[in-house]
Amino acid sequence: MTKTSAPALGVATVADRQHTATALTRRARASRRDRSQSWHRNRSNEARKGIAWRTLIAVIVSLIVIFPLYWMCVVAFSPRGEVFEPGLHLWPSTFTFENFRNVLDQYPVVTWFGNSVVIGVFVTVLTVTVNLLAGYAFAQLRFRGRNTVFLLGLATMMIPVQAIMVAQFKLVVGVGIFGTYWGVILPAAAAAFGIFLARQFFIGIPGEIIEAARIDGAGHIRIFLQVVLPLCKPLLAVLTLLTLLGSWNDFAWPLTALKNNDLFTLPIGMLYLKNQTAPDYNSIMALALISVLPMVILFLIFQRYFVQGFTRTGIR
Amino acid sequence: MSIMTVHGPDANASGPRTTRRDVRLTESLVGWGFISPNLILMVIFLFLPILWAIQLSLQETKGFGTPEWVGWSNYVKLVTDPVFWQSMGNTIVFTLVTVPIDLAAGLGLAVLFNSALPARGIFRTIIVLPMVISGVASGMIAMIIFYQSNGLINKILVAMGLSPISWQSQGVPAMISVIVVAIWLRVGFNMIIYLAGLQSISPELYEAARIDGASRWQQFRRLTVLLVGPSTFFLLVMNVIASFQVFDLIFVMTGGGPGNSTSVLVTYAYRNGFQIREQGYGAAIGIVILIITLVFTFIQWKTSRTRDLVE
Repeated sequence: MTKTSAPALGVATVADRQHTATALTRRARASRRDRSQSWHRNRSNEARKGIAWRTLIAVIVSLIVIFPLYWMCVVAFSPRGEVFEPGLHLWPSTFTFENFRNVLDQYPVVTWFGNSVVIGVFVTVLTVTVNLLAGYAFAQLRFRGRNTVFLLGLATMMIPVQAIMVAQFKLVVGVGIFGTYWGVILPAAAAAFGIFLARQFFIGIPGEIIEAARIDGAGHIRIFLQVVLPLCKPLLAVLTLLTLLGSWNDFAWPLTALKNNDLFTLPIGMLYLKNQTAPDYNSIMALALISVLPMVILFLIFQRYFVQGFTRTGIR
Repeated sequence: MSIMTVHGPDANASGPRTTRRDVRLTESLVGWGFISPNLILMVIFLFLPILWAIQLSLQETKGFGTPEWVGWSNYVKLVTDPVFWQSMGNTIVFTLVTVPIDLAAGLGLAVLFNSALPARGIFRTIIVLPMVISGVASGMIAMIIFYQSNGLINKILVAMGLSPISWQSQGVPAMISVIVVAIWLRVGFNMIIYLAGLQSISPELYEAARIDGASRWQQFRRLTVLLVGPSTFFLLVMNVIASFQVFDLIFVMTGGGPGNSTSVLVTYAYRNGFQIREQGYGAAIGIVILIITLVFTFIQWKTSRTRDLVE
């Protein structure tokens, strides 16, 4: 698939094929029903007009949706205060990196970025590992109590952190990891949504493959590592990207669990800038751009996996 | 329930020397071993805090003082607290406004981007893109656009000869600004689910409808809306859950204000637990959120068959 013409969704190719098929039958039927040339011309004219209208609407909607991101860039690259002066400033009068220099000089942005990376990587590695193991067990192994545990996980999957954050805060303080990376990482890794994604995928693996490996004398762990894991690269991609995205954008829990400026992640850093007595919105937008860029790039490269993940896990 | 069917391999199928019971036992041990890392994390950081939250909600803890057992009084306070009811009302209003717009816009966009269109992939990418933008960054961008004194929207309104809107100092405009951003963040999700739903509809149905002389609008009303029913139900539940839990946007954009006009359950729970530091009361609000979430999770789970159709 080439990048520019790639359909946004994995399923799109099917639809495209359906469209071609429909178009073919339509044309065939049309020629059978009515052989006059003018009818054909009218119809294709009409179709062209329809496409033109739809394209116009699509362009307008897309411009509206992309505008806030465009505006973030305008504010980030405009001279300080310009967009807040009277008059519409729809693009920077002079393109400047001043705001990026300011924010990097005045705040530990590099440290914050590093914290987001470290926490993101740890959360992702830990979560994906334990989710894969659990998902495999729920899908392919039989054991007593399996259904009970599974239902318990399913039931608690959607509970927002705000429902239990007072208790979770006390717990994290109690075990002595408050104000450390681990205070953010471990509760995040307890999320259950990946288990269900993994389980769904592993159920699709034919039992015969696993059975064959077992007859060959392979143990459970070897089967998992050498037979099952190589089959589930798409699952690995979806889980990794979604977990990383969730951790990178996470706000409520890091806000509660991190008190030290040096341990802030990028979203908490943005809030810190906003809470200054005279917040510099140009710097905030520069930081916002720094914080969203990695995920936007990952999304543009791995869009297919992101979309698969979204459709299976809901709104993040 | 389709999700509970056992797909594991049959235990009989192993070699003749080991007994069936041995195999079962090994598989049990391996099974528990495989789930234990995740299970331990969940027990410590999810199940334990849930139980602890229930206990805390029956206590009064101010700051770091010793907790005092107060029975149901936090819940009694909750029932008589006007701000709690205002937050509940705001949560419901937010949900009732965002969800139908999300569904309608999602379906509209899905139909649009399912039809023949140049550069369809690029358009779809743009609509889904906000899903990877953090709530905090979205809130910050929105704050600047909706800024009351010299934000872009008010500047445009003034340039058009209209009066500016008090996005920060009046309750209704503040709520509207949050709703607009929430829809911006979420409409892509609704679109991709509906796209998947649309693509499972056989084109022959539309062909038949056309031959019967159905207009475009009739085809949409009588065929499309009906046939994406399972997707609609799935999205309804998912959107309601997401709307009930909107936190980042409100925290960043309005902080629940002005007054308490954009305070919702999750922000009110946070405010009590960590800003006013009435932890017992904050925990009690948390339990209310927990129960509401469990109810919707149950509804979604009961209809997971329809969800499977969506996927």
